[in-house]
Amino acid sequence: MSLELRRVSLRVGAETHIHPTDLVCEPGSFNVLLGTTLAGKTTLMKLMAGLERPTSGEVHFGGRDVTGVSVRNRNVSMVYQQFINYPNMSVYENIASPLKVARLPDDEIKRRVGTFAELLRLTPMLGRRPSELSGGQQQRTAMARALVKDADLVLLDEPLANLDFKLREELRDELPRLFANRDCIVVYATTEPVEALLFGGHTACLFEGRVVQFGPTGEVYRSPLDLTSAQVFSDPPINTAQVTKAGGDFRLADGGSFPVPAGHAGLADGAYTLGVRPHHVSPAPEGAQPVAIEGDVLVTELSGSESIIHFTFHERTWVSQAHGIHPFEVGTRQRLYADMSKALVFDGAGRRIAGQSTT
Amino acid sequence: MARIVLDALRHAYGPAPASDGDWALKRLDLEWEDGGAYALLGPSGCGKTTLLSIISGLLRPTEGRVLFDGEDVTALPPDRRHIAQVFQFPVVYDTMTVYDNLAFPLRNRGVAEPEVDARVREIAGMIDLTHMLGRRAAGLTADGKQKISLGRGLVRSDVNAIMFDEPLTVIDPHLKWQLRSKLKELHQRVRTTMIYVTHDQTEALTFADKVVVMNQGEVVQIGTPVELFERPQHTFVGHFIGSPGMNVLPCEIAGGKAVVAGTPVADCPPAAATGSGRLEVGVRPEFVRFAPEGGGEGLPARVVKVSDAGRFSIVEAQAQGHRVKLLVPEGVAIPGESALLRFDPDRTAVYRDGWIVN
Amino acid sequence: MNKTHDNRAWFFVLPVVALVAFNAIIPLMTVVNYSVQETFGDNVFFWAGVTWFEQVLQSQRFHNALGRQLIFTFTILAIEIPLGVAIALAMPRKGPWVPVCLVLMALPLLIPWNVVGAMWNIFALPDIGLLGRSLNALGFNYNFTRQPGDAWFTLILMDVWHWTSLVVLLAYAGLVSIPDAYYQAARIDGASSFAIFRYIQLPKMKRVLTIAVLLRFMDSFMIYTELSVLTGGGPGNATTLLSIDLVKIALGQFDLGPAAAMSLIYFLIILLLSWVFYTLMMRNEQQ
Repeated sequence: MSLELRRVSLRVGAETHIHPTDLVCEPGSFNVLLGTTLAGKTTLMKLMAGLERPTSGEVHFGGRDVTGVSVRNRNVSMVYQQFINYPNMSVYENIASPLKVARLPDDEIKRRVGTFAELLRLTPMLGRRPSELSGGQQQRTAMARALVKDADLVLLDEPLANLDFKLREELRDELPRLFANRDCIVVYATTEPVEALLFGGHTACLFEGRVVQFGPTGEVYRSPLDLTSAQVFSDPPINTAQVTKAGGDFRLADGGSFPVPAGHAGLADGAYTLGVRPHHVSPAPEGAQPVAIEGDVLVTELSGSESIIHFTFHERTWVSQAHGIHPFEVGTRQRLYADMSKALVFDGAGRRIAGQSTT
Repeated sequence: MARIVLDALRHAYGPAPASDGDWALKRLDLEWEDGGAYALLGPSGCGKTTLLSIISGLLRPTEGRVLFDGEDVTALPPDRRHIAQVFQFPVVYDTMTVYDNLAFPLRNRGVAEPEVDARVREIAGMIDLTHMLGRRAAGLTADGKQKISLGRGLVRSDVNAIMFDEPLTVIDPHLKWQLRSKLKELHQRVRTTMIYVTHDQTEALTFADKVVVMNQGEVVQIGTPVELFERPQHTFVGHFIGSPGMNVLPCEIAGGKAVVAGTPVADCPPAAATGSGRLEVGVRPEFVRFAPEGGGEGLPARVVKVSDAGRFSIVEAQAQGHRVKLLVPEGVAIPGESALLRFDPDRTAVYRDGWIVN
Repeated sequence: MNKTHDNRAWFFVLPVVALVAFNAIIPLMTVVNYSVQETFGDNVFFWAGVTWFEQVLQSQRFHNALGRQLIFTFTILAIEIPLGVAIALAMPRKGPWVPVCLVLMALPLLIPWNVVGAMWNIFALPDIGLLGRSLNALGFNYNFTRQPGDAWFTLILMDVWHWTSLVVLLAYAGLVSIPDAYYQAARIDGASSFAIFRYIQLPKMKRVLTIAVLLRFMDSFMIYTELSVLTGGGPGNATTLLSIDLVKIALGQFDLGPAAAMSLIYFLIILLLSWVFYTLMMRNEQQ
């Protein structure tokens, strides 16, 4: 069954929470809603689930109009950022609860709970109470409960956000496996681009209550329609610079210039915005057209295997995401290289007109 | 400011600890230089918060001593140790203004008002709160409140060390780097000993010159960010730092080489050949490569999963029943099914019972 | 954030509306009716306008009762609030004694009000009561049924005994909700115990204390049962507070009109003062 939003919008008083949105999620697909806090991810999910009634537009499920149908009469399950379990029930009873509500026979319940406990590595904990579990185990219990009832639509609202770093990494690995052979539609909300990338499937970039782009994840990432979409799908944030194309050169505001990359020679002269992803800026020349830039280091964040160097460039904050550990001191001036052959080119209205990060 | 020495420290919460597991903190000896930036890094329950409380004086250790500049402070309460602390959730005095919040520790110690004023204004300038001095502290955002907490520590001239307990938990993810930057800058300016406790590797490595990695009440490695990444002393460090963590494969020693499933993968220090214990070889996903097609040796493996992470792909391969992860940069071809894996010899190490063999 | 709108929810409110109408609005309207009418029996009523209101507002008797009422309420507030906070601060926050303390504190609240009155009446009797006899044995000339001062003393003592627990429990709930980090930070900042109280405990208890003040204000303004059992308003009119006076007029003299007008004025005073209290205390909060 497919889920279709047709011109769905939500206004509360004078405020527009969701602008008219069209979105089709195919049966068995994994869909990521990507956006910052307050971009409208949760609200969009509530509209999909029927927890919220749209101000205008229709929600279709499996070809049927379900716009006014209450969530209780749809086969939907949801996992939240907070670990929500019944505190006075054991893990087994927690997972079994939706099946008991559905009045399934006991042996069937037992079988299904067993299957999902095994899948989510909860079998040894079945007899315990949620308070006796670690955060990761609590969230896995909540997920098992959401999955056990064979919902047509599974909504996951930033389920990993409250977990420790390493647990998050583990569950990111497990999640796609859980849904691999199921025909339910999964919608997963997150603020982190890397999660969208790792899960694959389709991604919708949300910005201020608007779906700015929806498509296969790799495509949305590599061919953003506009600057907003590129900004939503970049963490650390994508670097931007204003340039003027004059003949064979791109000129920066301070007078510096570099040759227009080979692929963009056909552009008309004029003003453009360049978008350079942080991993295309590095301390050593890399790629087809490294252009030297200098900036004052604001901070170097070290993530174990990478350095995220924040620095000022043309009065903007730029970021380089470089392999290895580069402990540059705060306040020092550093020379870095931006691979301009990978730059995305946006016109005055912010639409991408050239450039694509290809594999 | 002070040099901090932890001498044969042990701590148990229950009375009469008998077995190893009863100790929340196993035997610990540490030396922290005056003016350094340190981090305590580990998963929840590793004992880092216990250690923090012992240093600040909120908890008295079962055994051992805490020395500040050679002076035994083990029995002293927090206010007499001259320690400042920034907590996970912002602690501000809601009814006071920002100014009064910053002045509070000085006024409590009877400092003269002109000096209080001078110090408060100086510190407010450092933490960018000058324009908010007259505002009520309760009305500030989370990052503003954390700055006040920090300011209350900085304002005192007698502070031996400032401790941070997961201070960025409540900060909006998009603002975190700015606070990290501020912290680094402040440390460079004031050069007070700072100790930062966290479970987040990025926080620890970004802030500290030296990171103390803890696991199950034990220090597993003390090192610079580069050392922790390039030469983990324990498989736990390899797993916990870096994303994805280090590959750890069981191995045996034959002919001076570490052998995994019949294939030699790395040179092996002579020390590994003697002694007993579980032997493993550890290599980070960054340092595993596919052997060029049709060429040479390598660990035979089957590619089972490729996850596109944008700038690189995380490839999961099965090598004789062992899972090996590789990081492949954007634009590098990934073999279809079967492949040969090669480990960078300089970045591969042999571990016995978890600890590195040198 | 956003709420789902479903008008059917109003159905569930209907029974409550009906109940409130039955036991609050209808009696209230009856009182309003009586307050503007005059009757000479036989269920014959005449329009009386605001006569009763004028009469009540101008009567010395009402002024005296209101005066006594205000003195009583502010006295017990001045004692119970600080005392309640002090006891709450002294109570343990962790450990095996917590439940014991809480049960002890809750005890006075569990006793029926008329029993409280009767208990204190017997307890304070100068000839056979433990309190009365002891005081006299100590050389005090104590007799609460004869001497107005003694009656007031006993009344206030009884109310403090009965109701301080409520303040204690509320203040205690406010105290235990303060995270440990605040105390640790204060210790590190070198704050004195008084500074901890002034800048951490008191601000964090403010909301519950507001509720405590409001509850104690309203309840004490309406005190009837314990008081009528203890002193019945005497000796003379010494402890005749508003409620006692009202009952005397309505049931003793059967002056329904003035009694109804007085009830309404009484009601409006409580409403007005509660509102003033609430606004004053909340205004600080907003700043």
